[in-house]
Amino acid sequence: MSLWSRISNSLRGERLNRELDEEFEAHIEEAIAAGRDPEEARQAFGSALRAREASHTVRVSKRLEELVQDTRFGARLLIKNAGFTAVVVLTLALGIGVNTVIFSVVNGVLLNPLPFPHPDQLVTLHESKPNFATGSISYPNFLDWRKNNHTFAAMGLARSYGFSMTGHGDAAQLSAEFLSDGYFAVFGVRPLLGREFTPADETPGASPVAMISENLWRNRFDGAPNVLGKTIILDGKGFTIVGVIPASLKLQLWSFQVSDVYAPIPQWSNSNLMLRGAGLAFHGIGRLKPGVTIEQARADMERLTGNLAAAYPDDDRDIGASMASMKEEMVGSTRGFLFILLGAVGFVLLIACVNVASLLLARASTRGREFAVRAALGASRGRVIRQLLTESLLLGIAAGAIGLLAAAFGLKAAIHALPAALPRADEIGLDFRVLAFTFLISVATGILFGLIPAWSVAKANYQTALKQGGRGVTGANQRTLSAFVVVEIAMALVLLTGAGLMVRSLVRLWDVDPGFSAHNVETFSISMPPAMANATPQMIRAKHLALNEALAEVPGVTAVSQTWGAVPMAAEDDQWFWIDGQPKPRTNNDMSGVIDYIVDPDYLRVMQIPLKRGRFLSQHDDEHAPLVVVVDEVFANKYFPGQDPIGKRIDLNNFDGKPAEIVGVVGHVKQWGLDTDDSQQLRAQYYLACMQTSDDFLLSARSGSSFVVRYDRNLAPVISGLRSTVRHMSNEQVLFGEQAIENIVADSMASRRFAMILLGGFAALALLLACVGIYGVMAYLVSQRIQEVGIRMAFGARRSDVLLLVFKGGVRLAAVGMAIGVVGAIGLTRLMGQLLFNVSPIDPIVIAAVCVLLMLVALAACFAPARRAASIEPMRALRTE
Amino acid sequence: MARTDALQGSLDLLVLKILSRRPRLHGYAIMAAIASTSGEVLRAEEGSLYPALYRMEEAGWIRAEWMKKDTGRRARIYELTASGKKQLGAEESRWQAVSLAINRVLKEA
Repeated sequence: MSLWSRISNSLRGERLNRELDEEFEAHIEEAIAAGRDPEEARQAFGSALRAREASHTVRVSKRLEELVQDTRFGARLLIKNAGFTAVVVLTLALGIGVNTVIFSVVNGVLLNPLPFPHPDQLVTLHESKPNFATGSISYPNFLDWRKNNHTFAAMGLARSYGFSMTGHGDAAQLSAEFLSDGYFAVFGVRPLLGREFTPADETPGASPVAMISENLWRNRFDGAPNVLGKTIILDGKGFTIVGVIPASLKLQLWSFQVSDVYAPIPQWSNSNLMLRGAGLAFHGIGRLKPGVTIEQARADMERLTGNLAAAYPDDDRDIGASMASMKEEMVGSTRGFLFILLGAVGFVLLIACVNVASLLLARASTRGREFAVRAALGASRGRVIRQLLTESLLLGIAAGAIGLLAAAFGLKAAIHALPAALPRADEIGLDFRVLAFTFLISVATGILFGLIPAWSVAKANYQTALKQGGRGVTGANQRTLSAFVVVEIAMALVLLTGAGLMVRSLVRLWDVDPGFSAHNVETFSISMPPAMANATPQMIRAKHLALNEALAEVPGVTAVSQTWGAVPMAAEDDQWFWIDGQPKPRTNNDMSGVIDYIVDPDYLRVMQIPLKRGRFLSQHDDEHAPLVVVVDEVFANKYFPGQDPIGKRIDLNNFDGKPAEIVGVVGHVKQWGLDTDDSQQLRAQYYLACMQTSDDFLLSARSGSSFVVRYDRNLAPVISGLRSTVRHMSNEQVLFGEQAIENIVADSMASRRFAMILLGGFAALALLLACVGIYGVMAYLVSQRIQEVGIRMAFGARRSDVLLLVFKGGVRLAAVGMAIGVVGAIGLTRLMGQLLFNVSPIDPIVIAAVCVLLMLVALAACFAPARRAASIEPMRALRTE
Repeated sequence: MARTDALQGSLDLLVLKILSRRPRLHGYAIMAAIASTSGEVLRAEEGSLYPALYRMEEAGWIRAEWMKKDTGRRARIYELTASGKKQLGAEESRWQAVSLAINRVLKEA
């Protein structure tokens, strides 16, 4: 008989009995037919019932049948105690639900493979440079990498861009990527319609072609199948559409953005494109040949970049290739954060388990008589333990089902609340692995919280239980309950400490001076009309001034500046220089690097960066005036330590070494973010006037420009005023990408803030559960000590003494729990290192605050039980014996 | 009762042997076969036969299926499995060894 038939036999006991009866009847019939006396034949079976019992026991697995009995009995019992069951199931469902949600996130982001064929072969590619581990790849270098490597099946290169599209309804600004040919094929992604770029499209002078996104295709081309071969006007130039990229493309790399349009790299009109030493924000991807390891590919690229460095020492000296597994680069930075969250919800579940265990233990103590009777009737201890475990497993599985249901709903909300920076958020969902996880933790919780009460019941002395009439709690149970309180407090303390450290980190971060005032500053871009594509430098300067003038007129705007270089915390741009008077270094790598902000004179007023010495750029610093720069304090201290930098001169590499005079010093701006700026290599900054940039550079601004404006009150009317002004000047120019600088600053803290909110939420949950747990245990212990208290009072104890007695008990437990918790917190908060900012993982203030909070909560939880104890009437308490 | 006890331990062997000679018997026929082939000396009680049958079915030595009889009633018929044949061999040689040993002891005495 197979295991399955035994299991099914157990579940259909009635039917089995019928079958046995049928067989016995058939037997008796045969016997009678063979000439036996009917009466005797029947009697031969003895009691048919007994034969059936003996046969039945063989045909079903005894254990299983007991399990079915226990389950039925347990379910009846749990339904009878609906209130108790509800409390237990909901407590556990809460714990299981949050665990399911966080595990779904971990599963979707970290565990699941990337949604591409053979995802393990995918890597990201960058140039490693002295200043940047993951620097941009120059296009000529990429072409050589692609041609001469032996370890890659394919390589791709991409760079973000913005096109302004005209000729299809309103002018619109489109996100774009310049791509090498076969970029999507590297991932194994095929166009929905048409084809990808071919090597022919990537040759210089090829006729312009483009791929568009499925969304653009549906919105602007009505999803027409004949879109292929049509022309799309981008930056005033006609591109033939050759392909449509599906909206299902899921790719979140910092070096590539899913965009509206894609164009071949040579279609980028940038005069530096073919410069081997240029850093133009191109980053690569690659697919390793089958069987090639990343180490082999690294060795191959080392050989290759070595050859390039020998062939082009000026540009490629010290340039290597850096690569990482694509999944690692996408999600690696979130691993620590997600595991911390998983640990936190694990603690919440443990606390919930402890709570339920103490409830069950308290109940099991009062059920002592029931078990004593069972034991007296012959139930073995194992049988009693099994019955209790079955009950707790039932509770665990019921809680798991409810928790899963809640998680399915909660997950949607959770994904919505995730920081935008979390990669692969759209791949999070409940899959088989999540379901298995939930089932496992449900069963594990059932065993975990059921085992201790079951064990304590099983080893109880039944005779005493019977004698005591089922009342009274054993000393062992009291100790176990106390241990539960201690454990709960310890775990709550660890969680609270984690949350407290996050709060303190964020407060510290908010306190960091970014070097500018982000309040009431808006940044946006304006694309130029296609007619500007052939504008002379003089026309661009005129347009620049006209725009500034018009925008400054918008009501509510108090200052306007264009920014062509870096934007604080949002966009980086760097240049090279050397101190005037020194010989020009041979290569870029030997020059000094600097973050350059190319701005207008009002920039300082917009950003409210403090002027420290000299003056800022003025409107007199134009193309006719001598070249001037304003530097920040970091620059001044690094390159002119102990000297007055005003009047000193530096030679600018992108001005062919033209000298510029330093006319002022301003405060440092935390370009790299509030938290990491101090530890960056490249921190020195200088400011150049837009009007003084070289003609070459001006030409690259023909397609559009970025702005920052300061406004005085309400943003909404200012934005609509800016829009109508821009449209009024030309209906072919578009204002886009508006963003509050305050949001940029806030976004830089988003993942920490998210961690703080979640850890805070989990800690609050833990605190609540612990509070309920302490209350429950104290109330139970008090109820068990009514007579003792009555005797004490009869012997003259005052009510205040009784109050103190209960509080003392609670405080003692809380103190022990806190001591253990502090040790645990010191051990565990170390793991939070990367999330913390300027706070030690064992910050004494946080730990002290958390201890005070926990002690207050413990006292509050003891309050009601203590009052109940103090209000005991001694005579009545004694009479209940 | 004494007779049944004497049979205990060898009931499996008898059932297996009978089923190896005549496959597809129901419980009564097995019981009748034990009685007739032993010259009415051995008798398996219903109360021990059926639990034994189920036990052997569980062990996988025999398998059972329901068969419709002419009377319209269903009967459960049994036959030997491959592992049952192996078991029969093992039980038979064990029985031979034991009875040989017992005979020796009796002769000595």
